[in-house]
Amino acid sequence: MNTSNAIEMRHISKRFGKVSNTWANDDITLSIRKGEILALLGENGSGKTTLMNMLSGIYFPDAGTIYVNGQPAVISSPRDAFNLGIGMIHQHFKLVDVLTATENIILGLEGRLDRKKASQKIRSICNEYGFDINPDQKIYDMNVSQKQTVEIIKVLYRGADILILDEPTAVLTPQETERLFAVLRSMRDNGKTIVIITHKLSEVEELSDRVAILRHGKFIKDVPTAQTTAQELTDLMVGHPVSLNIERPAPVDPQTRLEIRHLSVKDEEGVLKLDDVSFTVNSGEILGIAGISGSGQKELLESIIGLYPLESGEIVFHNPKKNRPVTFTHKSLKKIKELGAADTFHDTNMVPVSFEGMSDKEIIRWVETGDVLFNEDEIVDLRYKTPQEIRELGIRMAFVPEDRLGMGLVGNMDITDNMMLRTYRKGHAGLLDRKTPREQAEQIIENLDISTPGTNVPVRRLSGGNVQKVLVGREITFSPKVLMAAYPVRGLDIHSSYTIYDLLNKQKKAGVAVIYVGEDLDVLLSLADRILVLCSGKVSGIVPGPEADKQKIGTMMTQTGGASNA
Amino acid sequence: MHNSKHRDSLLHISRRGALRWYYAWLIRGLAIALALLVCALITTLITHLDPMAVFSSIFSASFSTPRRTWVLFQNIAMLLGVALALIPAFSMKFWNLGGEGQMLAGGLASAACMICFKDIFPGWLIIVLMVVSCLVAGAVWGLIPAFFKAKFHTNETLFTLMMNYVAIQLVSYFIIIWEVPKGAGKIGIINQSTMKGWLPSVAGQKYLLNIIIAAVMTVLMYVYLRYSKHGYEISVIGGSVNTARYIGIKVDRVIMRTMVLSGALCGLIGMLLVGGTDHTLTTSITGGRGFTAVMVAWLAKFNPVWMIATSFLLVFLEKGSGEISTNFGLNQSFSDILTGIILFFILGSEFFIQYRLSFRHSSK
Repeated sequence: MNTSNAIEMRHISKRFGKVSNTWANDDITLSIRKGEILALLGENGSGKTTLMNMLSGIYFPDAGTIYVNGQPAVISSPRDAFNLGIGMIHQHFKLVDVLTATENIILGLEGRLDRKKASQKIRSICNEYGFDINPDQKIYDMNVSQKQTVEIIKVLYRGADILILDEPTAVLTPQETERLFAVLRSMRDNGKTIVIITHKLSEVEELSDRVAILRHGKFIKDVPTAQTTAQELTDLMVGHPVSLNIERPAPVDPQTRLEIRHLSVKDEEGVLKLDDVSFTVNSGEILGIAGISGSGQKELLESIIGLYPLESGEIVFHNPKKNRPVTFTHKSLKKIKELGAADTFHDTNMVPVSFEGMSDKEIIRWVETGDVLFNEDEIVDLRYKTPQEIRELGIRMAFVPEDRLGMGLVGNMDITDNMMLRTYRKGHAGLLDRKTPREQAEQIIENLDISTPGTNVPVRRLSGGNVQKVLVGREITFSPKVLMAAYPVRGLDIHSSYTIYDLLNKQKKAGVAVIYVGEDLDVLLSLADRILVLCSGKVSGIVPGPEADKQKIGTMMTQTGGASNA
Repeated sequence: MHNSKHRDSLLHISRRGALRWYYAWLIRGLAIALALLVCALITTLITHLDPMAVFSSIFSASFSTPRRTWVLFQNIAMLLGVALALIPAFSMKFWNLGGEGQMLAGGLASAACMICFKDIFPGWLIIVLMVVSCLVAGAVWGLIPAFFKAKFHTNETLFTLMMNYVAIQLVSYFIIIWEVPKGAGKIGIINQSTMKGWLPSVAGQKYLLNIIIAAVMTVLMYVYLRYSKHGYEISVIGGSVNTARYIGIKVDRVIMRTMVLSGALCGLIGMLLVGGTDHTLTTSITGGRGFTAVMVAWLAKFNPVWMIATSFLLVFLEKGSGEISTNFGLNQSFSDILTGIILFFILGSEFFIQYRLSFRHSSK
């Protein structure tokens, strides 16, 4: 037995449900060495978390043996794991909001409750590793990074010397990530063993000593990080060569599609969330929006689609109608007569149409031939309009919100019913038509390569990447004119992320005006044609994508007016 | 070191995938069989009675005479009706605990029609008025908490619960006004001689009309929730209010609309009780159905068709409990114990449908 290994997992297998033939973990043999930082890399659903959950006592392997410090161990509960010195920090924090940090940390421990002594011990752990939290602060007063720190201290307090972190940076800002990595390095230097579950290559390269790759529940390879490249890791993870370059096709014939003028909004407490924001969005281009999380991105997108009340300002949509036929789909006869009198139409020979002296019947017949055309694009004021009213005007705006299952989809409904969200009102009777949505669902499952047992599976059972594909797929099905996406690749693995970038580019090429709110500056810089930088609700500048500089944008994110407008 | 590796076997709980329906029902059937076995054991141990005699008396409470069977089905129909009225609200996570009050409001309105119009209008017109007024009264009783929830975010659970007590007080007040004879404190049978406002009996069966109405309601509610646009909006709101806003559903309006429906249907059941079976009005005419129906709905996971089974079960057990306490001179509490055991097993079986237990020998 090799005693330099903190943990050895031998021939570990696990599957969920006797019926399914897919193994979450299939005969995995993996060793974790003492005093190293091991990155466990793999796409969503490759079995990383499942494997680590067996170390932390949440799941129990169906087959195989785990050795801790050379001794065979049975880990059937988190308590067993703690007794063996293994602690796991989960992706979703497990803290009680109304308790203080100290109370959370000592929660569930046996023995007499001595808050003072516990506080002291916590402070000494903080000093040792350079954590900056107040043990007497309530959890609900903490930000995400502080909550994560509490989780880490909780594990250290229980004397863990093997720490497992499940995608710890998913919720952190770049600066917070830096700080976390520094802490993890100092822990390693103190002799702790650290496993970090991730699918971000930059983190693997920056932090880990060794990297182990899983794919489809199988162990693929482990290599010292220094001896590998991002490209090699990606190929191993995905199973076939992947191009890591993001395309940026040149915009074709950009036309103003959306104009935001002096927009200001306040939240329920009266705090100014957007302050005099002005910009335009063009068809056939991707406008990237950069900014520290909470700088007004959410409010901006929601006010455009009519979900957020405006304080002041204008939102104007240019509906591409030039030389296109007038229809009765979104306009009444009365409205068409008014527009006709205002010289807005011409016929196929470019002769102005005014409907003068014509009966209603004749007008209807003429319009229905499709020979009455618009002179110019239609200018629509979107201020104070609800999403429903905007749709009734025939304006197709797609929105992929940040909170996919909480806002874009309904987790308990199947794909078909989620497809219907946008279109269920169609048809005159009070009953639903599920036939078309089911066909659309089958279509997007095929086109976007969504892995699901069928169209009648609740979407919350799908993996993160597939949930996002369902949402984006639905939003582009009805060929929108504007597509807004908030953090569309958050929590997605490389493969799914690139699928999403691809989809956005396809929409761009089809002439859609795309707004992309992102957090990864590298991606924004290589995907967006222009980048708008938000800082505390103000526009601190708009920079052309190909010329943008990461450093400069980083500065603009933290101070307004630091750069010129483009 | 003496650590946990010496444990011989482990109890291991894991989530099941989708179970085939017949397998799920097999588990439920087994649970009922086990429950009956435990009931039998406890009966013999505590009361020294023959468990078979106790069981057969539970059974005979519902099936020994045609009349008893009709009463059983009447009770099922009424309980099912209230549960059906509640599920549209429950499906959008609006916890309407005001079924009692909404039924009383409907019952009060129909009793008012029977009493106030008995000398003015013919019987058929009174019935028409009863139907309209019970729907309106129930709807209003449901709309009030919905309005406050939609506009001011009040807690609907407390609000609907409080509305029950308002309704009870209101009914008590009118009972004193309409009491016959003066000072009796009750109304007695309304229009006993003229039978005005009494719902007609179908095929000579007093209860058949109510049963038919409940059956029709079941089908309509199933279609409404599964296949109508309204039902779809309700389940979107139940799933996520933010998603509903995002796609442009007017959440406030749907909440109020759905509670109007829920309240109106409760009101209808109140009318069926007053006009169809009891022909009088008391504060206890609802028999706690507004609350029992909550259990019926939850046990069936808001599925209208399963609710037929759960309401049958609850009514059957209740009738059986009453019967054994009189037949064997047992305390009412004893029959409650039996009911409790049976419900415990049925609810417990859901755990085994969701999760799988396996015993595993640890590898050495």
